[in-house]
Amino acid sequence: MTLEICQKYAPTKDNLIQILHDVQDTHPQHYIPSEAVDVIAEYLNVPANHIYGVLTFYTMYSTTPRGKNIIRLCESPPCYIKGSENMLRKLKVILGVQTGETTKDGMFTLELCACLGVCGNAPVMMINEDVYGDLTEEKLEEIIDKIRGMK
Amino acid sequence: MKYYRSHILVSMNETSIAAGVQNFLQNLRSELAKAELSTEINILETGPLGFFGRGICLTVYPENVNYESVKAEDIAELVSEHFLKGRPVKRLMLDSVNKFNPNFNYANRIVLRNSGIIDPEKIDDYIGAGGYVAWEKALTQMQPADIITEVKKSGLRGRGGAGFPAGMKWSFTAPLDAPQKYVVVNADEGEPGTFKDRLIMEGDPHQLLEGIMICARAIGATIAYIYIRGEYKLCISRLELAIKQAKEYGILGTNIFDSGFDLDIMIKIGAGAYVCGEETALIESLEGNRGNPRWKPPFPGVKGLWQAPTVVNNVETLANVPFIISEGADEFLKHGTPECTGTKVFTILGDVAHPGLCEVDMGTTLRTIINEYAGGMKKGFRFKAALVGGAAGVILPDRMLDVKMDFASLNQYAAVLGSGAILVMNEHQSIVDMLWSILRFFRHESCGKCSPCKNGTQQLYRLITKIKKGEGTMDDVDLMQTIAETMFNTSFCALGQSPIMAIRSAIENFRDEFIAITNK
Repeated sequence: MTLEICQKYAPTKDNLIQILHDVQDTHPQHYIPSEAVDVIAEYLNVPANHIYGVLTFYTMYSTTPRGKNIIRLCESPPCYIKGSENMLRKLKVILGVQTGETTKDGMFTLELCACLGVCGNAPVMMINEDVYGDLTEEKLEEIIDKIRGMK
Repeated sequence: MKYYRSHILVSMNETSIAAGVQNFLQNLRSELAKAELSTEINILETGPLGFFGRGICLTVYPENVNYESVKAEDIAELVSEHFLKGRPVKRLMLDSVNKFNPNFNYANRIVLRNSGIIDPEKIDDYIGAGGYVAWEKALTQMQPADIITEVKKSGLRGRGGAGFPAGMKWSFTAPLDAPQKYVVVNADEGEPGTFKDRLIMEGDPHQLLEGIMICARAIGATIAYIYIRGEYKLCISRLELAIKQAKEYGILGTNIFDSGFDLDIMIKIGAGAYVCGEETALIESLEGNRGNPRWKPPFPGVKGLWQAPTVVNNVETLANVPFIISEGADEFLKHGTPECTGTKVFTILGDVAHPGLCEVDMGTTLRTIINEYAGGMKKGFRFKAALVGGAAGVILPDRMLDVKMDFASLNQYAAVLGSGAILVMNEHQSIVDMLWSILRFFRHESCGKCSPCKNGTQQLYRLITKIKKGEGTMDDVDLMQTIAETMFNTSFCALGQSPIMAIRSAIENFRDEFIAITNK
């Protein structure tokens, strides 16, 4: 599986970041397992420690299993002054997890992130590929309920 | 070509898609068909319309009516009242002081001249609006040296934050003899509060491509990379499409316009690191490494990507280039101030009536931008301060409202224009809180390469947290400034050199607040 992804790209180091994205996006638990790192290291002919260095440097990657839906709430100044702290508190209550944790049913992982560039609609969060703006506590409940309903 | 009586421009961006614009359009189309208006009224899916209405936003031409927050339930009324009888639906109209001024937020469009007017997913729309004329001119009628002369003459300065003259940057790389040179586009827009590049790429991706092409020709590069944040999904797909279209038309590829010039543009995706907006860190990331900045000199213009000469430019900088080449530097010089020419795209956020973006001449005052383009303060709020330039920017109090927004004027006040983000705060918001949020951001984003930044950002966060809790003293406040100054003098890259901006401006302009909270 990992090898198939690798083979879409030339075996040069500059493709590492893209390969890591693809591996993570296609993994059902949205993370990069250590077995995958070994495969990539061999394919690109770079040491595994280089890959771990890259992997842990960028915030979009994870080395631990995550939920089906990854919530990334913006905590940068524009969202902060619009009340992102309240949104975080509310999300923790709704989901019953702390920042960085995954719900027991494996549906959601709660993360914080830096500016998403949608500040016109602060506070903002991203769930997987979708952006949700102008958040309120009521809206959060609606959004989470809707996703839970869809399974 | 088919003529329509009226055009409905629908903004297709991150927020409207989240609000369900796809379904909305389907319903709108079927309602228009029912009213037998399909042949009279055209629906155009376009980029950002230039105002930040909530949810789904529409602009209707020729009457130039802006609607915001339109919902599926409103379609019937819109069709029967506006599109059939010609009576705009007042309750849905954008509530703005400038609602009857057609070009209210585009005083002088250069970068955004097509945004919200053409369909960004159709190359023919761009060509129809005069697109790729500059590229043809640059390739067939101009020598590389002519292009650089023209860009130099225009006085175009980099729009990424530092404001380095673009023509000069190119002129360092152009004469170098190297087997391979590169153009790298910095689309890793991470400065909090900034999203101008996203709007440029979403609204008019071909204009960016044209700017890249002209730059590549000027410096003799045959490969260009667009390094774009992983979060900007819509930009990525629009740019991929634009590149594909340009290749199909022979505007990009090998032997372009029979000139013998080859160029390929590729997209590289980032993975979430603020520091990668720093040009050498960005190059490291492109090479597949951690985004740690490199020592300068040598500058990327001499030794950049894979040690080859590389010009790194911001999206907005390159998006200005087609205009300069097609209309001439003199036309460009009509905008802005003598030191800072052209226009600037600002994003205005916070407690203003209409958060959004505007493109105005360099040197427009902060007051004008807030009052005329953002509709003034939100009802019931008073202006307290504006954070200008994002986290790496400065906090300006009301007595500085008449400062001109350009690189040179702001420098006089030890302030920076930065990326063009303006975050407006009301009188109830705490400066200490704001500074806390900024310093938390820097602590998170420090790459850890050099000690002053790695340790400094930690200490600054510790001190501001203590102060915020009411447990700090004025000595802590002064210590923050000392640490940030040391960081400014000793840090490896601009990230560690930045916190002093916000800290100094906050302490100097709002010392009372620090005194009050430390005396609690």
